[in-house]
Amino acid sequence: MSQSIFLYGLIVLLTGLSWFKDQQKTKKALMKAKNMLVKLAPELLAILLFVGLSLSILTPETISSLIGDQSGILGVVIASFIGSFAMLPSFVVFPLAETLVSNGAGLVQVSALIATLVSVGFASLPMERRIFGKEFTYMRNLSAVLMAFIFSFVIWVVLPWL
Amino acid sequence: MAIIKRFRALIIFSIILLGLTLISPERGTQALSLTGDSLIDMFSLLPPILVLVGLIDQWVDKQVLIKFMGDDSKFLGVIVALLLGGLAAGPMYIAFPIAITLLKKGANIRYVVFFLGVWTTAKLPIVLFEVAAFGWKYTLIHVSVGLIFFYFVGVFFEKRFDPDTLLKEDITSND
Repeated sequence: MSQSIFLYGLIVLLTGLSWFKDQQKTKKALMKAKNMLVKLAPELLAILLFVGLSLSILTPETISSLIGDQSGILGVVIASFIGSFAMLPSFVVFPLAETLVSNGAGLVQVSALIATLVSVGFASLPMERRIFGKEFTYMRNLSAVLMAFIFSFVIWVVLPWL
Repeated sequence: MAIIKRFRALIIFSIILLGLTLISPERGTQALSLTGDSLIDMFSLLPPILVLVGLIDQWVDKQVLIKFMGDDSKFLGVIVALLLGGLAAGPMYIAFPIAITLLKKGANIRYVVFFLGVWTTAKLPIVLFEVAAFGWKYTLIHVSVGLIFFYFVGVFFEKRFDPDTLLKEDITSND
């Protein structure tokens, strides 16, 4: 909340400064912002609906039962799959991950879940595609899945020392 | 047809929500109220970010951005991407309009992709949550694996993509 007030305050200030210096440029900037919002609105609403669905279906108990600490590589794959499909606000991700581990999920598997949750977005694919195009979007998301596997492998290797 | 295509994802998710509500009214209403919550979250961040993107588009001189994040910015490009992504707040989809504006202003693809990577793995506010949940060793591993990996993804993307084709669609225009 305070973050939002800060951000709005900052933008009002900057827009005011910009208006003072050049009204024409400021009008153009605001038009561009409006156009972006209108253009991305359907994709944004889809993302939000998906977040709501993910949070209501994926309870910590459900996830923990799927990616227990004996679930091995299959568990990592399942975790990456769930993480790619679901979308959670990032400040929810870590408290949730902690809950998962205390409910019996494996840290290696949870690591894959975290990495995909924050950087792979099935629900944001339509929006990302609209901005960057198909190929860039799919490759960026695939590389983020790869990062999740590498990261959980590293955690698996160093876990005994953690 | 074009309109249906634009709303395709929204329609599909609405149908899933409807299905969920039929199977379990309790979960359905919960999903709807959670969607409402994230709508509020989105409105607390996205509109000012888009105005910021609009202002950057109008005021930031292409030459300046090229100096900071362009083809020859080298280490400076890495630092700028780290600062922009690390001090950011909000979900990944907010980073996309910022990233495309940087690209439009002449930033090198490598640093733009790295910026997206930093945004997802090393945002400072979220790193603090991570330390609280799993400790600093775990966080350090996550952040370093993420940064190194996404830097090389950036190097690869720079070779793979032509900036002009990525900028084909102008999301700030009115058509």
